[in-house]
Amino acid sequence: MQENTGKTAAEKIFDAHRVDNPAGDMVVLGLDAVFCHEITTPVAINDLIARGKDRVFDPSCIMAVIDHVTPAKDSKTAMQGKIMRDWARRHHIEHFFDIGRNGVCHALFPEKGFVRPGYTIIMGDSHTCTHGAFGAFAAGVGTTDLEVGILNGVCAFRYPRSIKIEITGELPDGVFAKDVILHIIGQIGVNGATDCVIEFAGPVVAAMSMEARMTLCNMAVEAGATCGICYPDMTTVEYLWPFIRTEYDSRQAALENYRRWQPDKDAVYQQVLQFDVTDLPPQITYGYKPDKVCPVSEMQGTAVDQIYIGSCTNGRIEDLRVAARVLSGQRINDSVRGIVSPATPEIYQKALDEGIIKTFMDAGFCVANPTCGACLGMSCGVIAEGEVCASTTNRNFYGRMGKGGMVHLMSPATAAATALAGHIANSDLYRK
Amino acid sequence: MHTFGGKTLFLDRSDINTDEIIPAKYLTEISKAALQPYLLEDLNLEGFDPAKDIAGCRVIVTRANFGCGSSREHAPWALEVNGIHMVIAESFARIFRQNMFNCGMLAIDVPRQTIDRLFSEFAGPDTEIYADLETGELTVEKQGQQTRIAFSVSEFDRALVAAGGWVEYADARYGTGS
Repeated sequence: MQENTGKTAAEKIFDAHRVDNPAGDMVVLGLDAVFCHEITTPVAINDLIARGKDRVFDPSCIMAVIDHVTPAKDSKTAMQGKIMRDWARRHHIEHFFDIGRNGVCHALFPEKGFVRPGYTIIMGDSHTCTHGAFGAFAAGVGTTDLEVGILNGVCAFRYPRSIKIEITGELPDGVFAKDVILHIIGQIGVNGATDCVIEFAGPVVAAMSMEARMTLCNMAVEAGATCGICYPDMTTVEYLWPFIRTEYDSRQAALENYRRWQPDKDAVYQQVLQFDVTDLPPQITYGYKPDKVCPVSEMQGTAVDQIYIGSCTNGRIEDLRVAARVLSGQRINDSVRGIVSPATPEIYQKALDEGIIKTFMDAGFCVANPTCGACLGMSCGVIAEGEVCASTTNRNFYGRMGKGGMVHLMSPATAAATALAGHIANSDLYRK
Repeated sequence: MHTFGGKTLFLDRSDINTDEIIPAKYLTEISKAALQPYLLEDLNLEGFDPAKDIAGCRVIVTRANFGCGSSREHAPWALEVNGIHMVIAESFARIFRQNMFNCGMLAIDVPRQTIDRLFSEFAGPDTEIYADLETGELTVEKQGQQTRIAFSVSEFDRALVAAGGWVEYADARYGTGS
């Protein structure tokens, strides 16, 4: 562990949360938050009960949601929800989001103000890395780690190695954070950042909204990374202001405090990579791994059956706005079916207020409730054998959205343009 | 300490992901045993027949980045309920690797040349591999032929296996008592 040089963002968070050094480079961290959903948590709950350890370390640090299959689709998923609900009641977990208030975890929890710069967070979900957009260390873990997190408020990680990715230049019209991260994964590979933390830096990231930063960090795990991190700045403060205004005299004061989670200038990185995105065209995947990436133009004309706009990657209001701009006043092609799932009730409500839902419905989209269901082939948009889905989700694994199906990952703009064309197409927001 | 080893299944592909190990549609199960019939059901690997090829296996040998994708611990559990307690690969995805040790199972990474050698000299239905955690050696046996390969497991991972998993280890060390 480096004591005499500057520290990366992750190193600063680790050093501030270290509870123990059990062996070698393993560090046990105290956790600021443990997030839970109904697919991986009920097994942890049942196991804790079986062990006679049905306790939670601090109910105010546990946030739970039913989001993967909701409303329940059968008796088994109903039971998963019931186990969560009973557990939340039993332990007075105030931040429990049940049907009507529930949304995709990685969109919902930031929206509720649960993520702050410098936090340590775990969840039994690989896309927990999304929350690094706020300058937090947030990592996906399995059920056993989750169990220990719930019980003892700690989790073990290797002291992090970091990769800094500087994104420079200027994003062209019609090119988005999703295109940037797909391009980066295409370059470094699905294994390119295994066991590392990726810091996303540079002027393009500094200019991005929190929504766009979440999209970047969300897919860090698709390159194997433990977490993606963006540096807290005034954009972070503005997003969090409704939740922190009683804690600080001014936004500037909050920013001064959060700056301590930025890396030192002489921090040591395993690798520093630069990507100039000035000439980057919209990107798309073409195979069964998220690193099989090419420009959309190379896949132009490929037939699709379903278009899916939603998920923890791209179901936020900004994503729906972009897609609606592309769809505005037009009908999707008769040969395809479109599904849009706003990621949270708040996003859904905003989309209603702004007329975005009407645009989607007029275009012929099915508007689904907030849920993760289709992305992992569990509910609400599973595709059939031999079918192709143009999707704004984060994984294109073989069988991911349904056995024998093919998923092409893309931005909401490309997905909307594809819906209109009936085959893979660039949106007219991209003027090159 | 648990003895690791036995009949070995060779999966000649990199980046085998957790959706292939256990598809999400089975994650509605809340017992490990229920996962048993579905291990590697969707594996995209030519010539692989899960119904025939998994039977009796205790060990998997595979290429790079095994277990990438989802955090679902159902992936190691699906191995466990099929009797597979050890995976040997060039590399693992972080969460999968941690899940294996957290459950008291072994995820052993060895250099690419070793994996290449295992595939070229030992791949086949009659191969058995055993791990000795005390000596740090793998014993590979095939039709009378035998070889030993050194491996290492970190002190922390060894402690997890010795404790029987992370819950036992952590609650003894960081718990406030029941």
